[in-house]
Amino acid sequence: MIKCIVDLFGDEAYARYRHRLFYLVLVLIVVADFVVPRAHVEYLWERLPGWSAVYGFVSCVLLIFVSKFLGHQGGLMRREDYYD
Amino acid sequence: MIEFVHPALLFILGAVPIPFLRGAARKVYLLLIPVLALLAVLALQPGSYGAAQFLGQDVLVAKVDKLSIVFATVFTILALIGMVYALHLTEAGQHVAAFVYVGSALGVVFAGDYLTLYLFWEGMAFASAYLVFAQGGEKAIRAAFRYLMVHVTGGVVLLGGIVLHALASGSLLFGPIEGNIGAGAYLILAGFLLNAAVPPLNAWLTDAYPEATVTGAVFMSAFTTKTAVYVLARAFPGTELLVWLGTAMALYGVIYAVLENDCRRLLAYHIVSQVGYMVAGVGIGTELAVNGATSHAFAHILYKALLFMGAGAVIYVTGRRKLTELGGLYRTMPLTVALYMIGAFAISAFPFFSGFVTKSMVVAAAGEDHRALVMLALTMASSGTFLHTGLKLPYYMFFGTDRGLEAREPPGNMLAAMAMAATLCVAIGIFPGPLYALLPYPVDFEPYTGAHVTESLGVLMFTALGFVLFLKALDPENTISIDTDWFYRKGARAFMWFAERPLARYEKAVSDVSETTALPLLHGSARAGLRVDLNGIDAIVNGVAHAILDGGGVLRRLQTGVVTHYALAMIAGLIAAIAVFAVVWR
Repeated sequence: MIKCIVDLFGDEAYARYRHRLFYLVLVLIVVADFVVPRAHVEYLWERLPGWSAVYGFVSCVLLIFVSKFLGHQGGLMRREDYYD
Repeated sequence: MIEFVHPALLFILGAVPIPFLRGAARKVYLLLIPVLALLAVLALQPGSYGAAQFLGQDVLVAKVDKLSIVFATVFTILALIGMVYALHLTEAGQHVAAFVYVGSALGVVFAGDYLTLYLFWEGMAFASAYLVFAQGGEKAIRAAFRYLMVHVTGGVVLLGGIVLHALASGSLLFGPIEGNIGAGAYLILAGFLLNAAVPPLNAWLTDAYPEATVTGAVFMSAFTTKTAVYVLARAFPGTELLVWLGTAMALYGVIYAVLENDCRRLLAYHIVSQVGYMVAGVGIGTELAVNGATSHAFAHILYKALLFMGAGAVIYVTGRRKLTELGGLYRTMPLTVALYMIGAFAISAFPFFSGFVTKSMVVAAAGEDHRALVMLALTMASSGTFLHTGLKLPYYMFFGTDRGLEAREPPGNMLAAMAMAATLCVAIGIFPGPLYALLPYPVDFEPYTGAHVTESLGVLMFTALGFVLFLKALDPENTISIDTDWFYRKGARAFMWFAERPLARYEKAVSDVSETTALPLLHGSARAGLRVDLNGIDAIVNGVAHAILDGGGVLRRLQTGVVTHYALAMIAGLIAAIAVFAVVWR
């Protein structure tokens, strides 16, 4: 059973199925975020449905590119024999 | 009926017989002690034990309250899991070191005074360093020496702080440091922050953990940083500085994790990131925040160990550790993949996994305390956590390009240990009640609200979308990253340069002088001396020469490079230092 599930995520054969499932989940989450009741709201963004999706995506992109910028242009990444 | 069994003693004294046991008996024994310790911890009643006078100071070997019990419980659980994971090892050294390490961590958690705390603190440093030394090979030995030096330095700072603080406050008892923080308290704080791997004092962790043995790294991931979180929660709750340090380190860890190619170093940067939540929680200092920090430490120890066990299994089986050299293992190691992913979901705080019910407490506490910026930064760090441990690492390690590696599932005991940790990660996520009941303050927090679930899923799954879209940008590169260890690694080199160039030149100048002026003089006197010499001093000279030769032999033996000799010398030095300290104190 476990092997089947793991294969589902690895095998090329399931790639299309995987993508469809993934995008379906994304849509469902955003829809759910619109309908879910919000009892206690303190901050502005907590009022905006779909905010978390936008924030998650922006965070991810920011983290990737800011880090890679620091690594390449900021000189944090060095050859493996840097300390030798 | 014995009123109180100190769990630390069970481990430390329990380490003694390990080398004398063989085969199945040793295995049973290795599991028996953690089980007994767990029972001892569960049977603990809050109170003070082992109060005594030492050098005219009050010491308290064990102070048991709810905060210490939470940490002791998870420490002993992890000791058991870690022992199962390490059960296949044949040499006793690592088991002994792990026992002493766990025992020392428990000693810190129950320490009622600073002297007891300090002794166990140093015990932890030495025992854990052995787990890096045991890996062998030049890289690991060098990393282990750096690790030891950083921790010994941190220990000295801590000791200095303790002495100053005790002189100022007149008491060695360990408790919340309130009011004006003096120089002593700042030194204590610095010592604690070093062990919590708070940047810029974080590099020892990411330097040494990936060099440790496969089994040793599992223990290391759990104890040193979390005892530091415990002592911070005990002594410095509500310290504003910690909020910002914690938030910064949560992001610091994920930024470095993007750049990392070594699988266990990537996970180590996530320890830094996750401990950031705890440090921030301690800094916020409200009941909800301290509960959050404590419960997050509990959950973190289990899922982080699980992640280290998963990555360790891959290293154990393939002998490779770089993401650029791994890939396609899902075919041969499906169980490892599944168990690793449970840890990854737990650290990413997916609903129904442990991180969800603990991390959200810290974030909610930041929100309740009107710290919008902290809240947003910590949420951003959660996105990064899933990006690396949940997506990047498993993708490049288990899926991605198939490198055609010969692989198989790791030994049964390793899988069993991972299954134990995974079970707990899921159980805590689904039934947070028992964990909440353990926490130091009453819990009035419901993690499973509709809005919270959709919010978390939104952040996580759209992080996954970013990962899918920008996968190419994340491809691991064959590099290492410069962290704050640059200062002492390059600094040591500068020092050596100074020793070899200017100092050596000075020495040469001196010897030149001696050759041109002093030597003729010496020749003259030597000729005079020769006569005396021939008439009887020969015998004395021969004697001295023999003595020097023997001395050289002893020195040579001391300089074997055998780590245990150095470790022994250091322990002897530590005892001597304590003796001197004790005398001076009087």
